[in-house]
Amino acid sequence: MIKGNFIDNLPKVYGIYTGGFLAFIIIMAIGEQMGMSKYAIGVCFVAFTVFIYALIGWLSRTAQADAYYVAGRQVPTVFNGMATAADWMSGASFVAMAGGIYFKGYGYMALLVGWTGGYVLVASLLAPYLRKFGCYTVPDFIGTRYGGNTARLLAVIVLTVASFTYVTAQINATGTIASVALDIPFEYAVYVGLISILLCSMLGGMRGVTWTQVAQYIVLIIAYLLPVFWISNKMGAGFFPHFMLADEVARIGDLEQQFGIIKNSPENLAMLKEATKVQPGEAKWVLSGITKAHSEVNATPWKFISLAICMMAGTASLPHVMMRYFTTPSVKAARKSVGWSLFFIFLLYSSAPMLATLSKLSLMDPSLPTGIIGKSITEVEALEWYKNWNQAKLMLVQDFNGNGLLELNEFFMGGKAVVLATPEIAGLPYVISGLVAAGGMAAAMSTADGLILAIANAISHDVYYKIIDPKAETSKRLVVARVLLVVIGFAGATVSAMGIKQILGSVIWAFDFAMSGLFFPLVLGVWWKRANKEGAIAGMALGLISGTAYLVYLEAYGGAEILGIGQATFGIVGASVSLVAMVVVSLMTSAPNAATQRMVDEVRVPAGKSILGRQH
Amino acid sequence: MSKQEQHWEKSKGLLLITLAIWFVFSIGIFLFGAEMNEVTGPFGYPLTYWFTCQGSLGLFVVLIFWFANRQEKIDEEFGFSERGDD
Repeated sequence: MIKGNFIDNLPKVYGIYTGGFLAFIIIMAIGEQMGMSKYAIGVCFVAFTVFIYALIGWLSRTAQADAYYVAGRQVPTVFNGMATAADWMSGASFVAMAGGIYFKGYGYMALLVGWTGGYVLVASLLAPYLRKFGCYTVPDFIGTRYGGNTARLLAVIVLTVASFTYVTAQINATGTIASVALDIPFEYAVYVGLISILLCSMLGGMRGVTWTQVAQYIVLIIAYLLPVFWISNKMGAGFFPHFMLADEVARIGDLEQQFGIIKNSPENLAMLKEATKVQPGEAKWVLSGITKAHSEVNATPWKFISLAICMMAGTASLPHVMMRYFTTPSVKAARKSVGWSLFFIFLLYSSAPMLATLSKLSLMDPSLPTGIIGKSITEVEALEWYKNWNQAKLMLVQDFNGNGLLELNEFFMGGKAVVLATPEIAGLPYVISGLVAAGGMAAAMSTADGLILAIANAISHDVYYKIIDPKAETSKRLVVARVLLVVIGFAGATVSAMGIKQILGSVIWAFDFAMSGLFFPLVLGVWWKRANKEGAIAGMALGLISGTAYLVYLEAYGGAEILGIGQATFGIVGASVSLVAMVVVSLMTSAPNAATQRMVDEVRVPAGKSILGRQH
Repeated sequence: MSKQEQHWEKSKGLLLITLAIWFVFSIGIFLFGAEMNEVTGPFGYPLTYWFTCQGSLGLFVVLIFWFANRQEKIDEEFGFSERGDD
C-alpha cells in the first residue's frame, strides 16, 4: 500500500490514520449501543490512542544526532504546523479554556488574542532567522551568536525555569485524565501518564515527537470540534456554530438581565466553603459561579492589553515552540509553517468561545429542556448528570436564599466541566465523553513531550556536549540526552504527584519567565548587530532576576501592584529591565567582532549554507 | 548600497508594516474595547466580542501568510532565495 519514502507518503499515512480513528469512534458508538460499559469505553479510548502514539514513537527511533535533535530537518510545512499546534495547545487549553471564557468572559479572552498574536512575532522576528542559523536548540543560537559559555548557560537556565513551570501542569493533566479513565489513584496515574509521554520521545527524540504530535493533533481537534458542532445542531443553534451564534450570545445577555448577575455575600461564600470542605488527602473542589457578563467588556484596556502583550512576547520566547521551526527543510518553509501552525491553533481557539456560549445557554435558558436556572433545587439535584458531576466535585447547587429555586448565583461549576460535562448535559452519547478524554490526553501529552524534550536537549546539547565534553561521540551524546529526558520527566511527575502545583504557580507564569529572560536577547540577536555578549548576559540575567523578584514581591510579601502589573503580567517588568540592561551594557562595551557581524549578515538572507553545520 | 543592504532595508520595511498591522489588531483596538462593543460586528456578534473570538485570531493567520509571501518575493528580487524545492 505504501511505497517509497515516508515523507512523500505523509498525506496517505495520516489519511489512513484519521480514517482508522473515525472508524474506531464508530465501533465504540456501536459498542455503547450494544451495552458496553462507560468504564470500558473510557479505557479503550485512552489505551488505544496511547498505544498508537507509542507505536509511532518506536517506529521513529534513531541513532543520528540531527534526526534526534531536529527530526532530520525534513518535516513539511503543513505537518510541522499540525505538530506545532499540538505542541502548543496544552491540556489546559483543551480542558480549561472554554471554562475560563465561560466564567471570566472578556478579561480571559486576552489570552486568546495573546496566544495567537504571538505567532506574528514568531514568523516575522525570529523563526526564519533561527532556522537559517541551523541551531539544534534555542541556547545554541544564543551561545553561537553572542559567543561564550556564560551566555549559553544563562539561556539554558531561563529555558529550564520557564519550561519546567509549564511541564508539571501538563504531567498533572495526563495524570488526572489517566486516573479518571483507568480508575486508578492519581499518585500512580501520574506515572502512567509519564511513561506514555516518554514512550513517544525517548527513542526518536524530535523525530518521534514530531510524528506523534501530528497524530495527537488529529485526535484532539476531532475531539474538540465534533462535540461543538453536534451540540450546536442538537440545540438548534445553527449547523455552523462559529457564524451562527449571535442570537444565542444576545439571548444570554437578556437572561443575565433577567436573572441578575449577583456577587455572593460573604455569608453565602462561607456557606459555600462549608459545603465544599474536604478531609486531608482528598481532592479539592475548585468551583466558580457566573459573576461576569458573557459578551460585555469587563476589563480595563490596560488589564486586557498587558496580559495580551505578555502572552505574545512569551509565545515568541518559549523554546519548545521555537525549536519546532528548526525541523523544516528551509527558511521559506519555516515562515509558511508558522502560518499553518496558527491556522491549526485557530481551529480550536475559535471554537472555545462557541462551546462556552452553548454550554452557558443550555444551562441558563429555561425554555430549553436542559436549562436548570429557575427550576426547583430538588429537581436539579435529582438529575443524573448533576449527580455524576457533583460526585466528581465539579458541580454544586446551594439554596442561599432558601426559596427552593435555583438562582444564577446559586449554581457552581468547575472550569473543566464546560468541556467535560457539556456533552453529557446536552444528551450526547457517552462515546463523545470518551473521545473528549482521549483528546485531553493527546493535548497534555504532546505539550509535555515538547517541553521535556526542550529541556533535555538544551542540557544534553548545550551543557553536556558544548561545555563539558565537546569531543563526545554521537552515540554517547544521545545516551546522555535520553537519560536526561527520563530524569526530567520523573522530576516533573514527582513534583506533580506531590501536588505542589500551586507553589509552582500557573502556566501563565511560564510565559512571563520566558519573556523576561529570552525575548530581547533572541530578537536583538537578529535585528541589532551591535548587540554583544556582555549585553546579552546582562539582559538574560537581570531580566530573569528582576521579573522573579517582582513576582516574589507580589506573592510572598503581598506587595501592591505597581502600574497595574499583576502576578500574571510580571514579564513586563522582567522584559523591560532586560531590554534596558541589554542596550546599555552593549553600548558600554565593545562592538561584536567582524566575524560575528558577518554571521548576522548571513542569517538575514535565506540563501546559502546555515551558520552551524548540518551535524554539529 | 550593496545588494545585501538593499535587501535588508526592504525586509525591515516589510517587518514594520507587518508589526503595525499586528499592533492594531492585538493592542490598538482593545484601547476602545468598551466603545467598540456597542457596534454590531460580523455575523451579528458585538464587535469587540467578535474580534476576541475570531476576528483578531483569523487576521493573524492571514497576516502571517501574507508576510511570508511578501518576504519570499523580496528574497527572490535580490537573488537571495533558497535554491532547490521544498
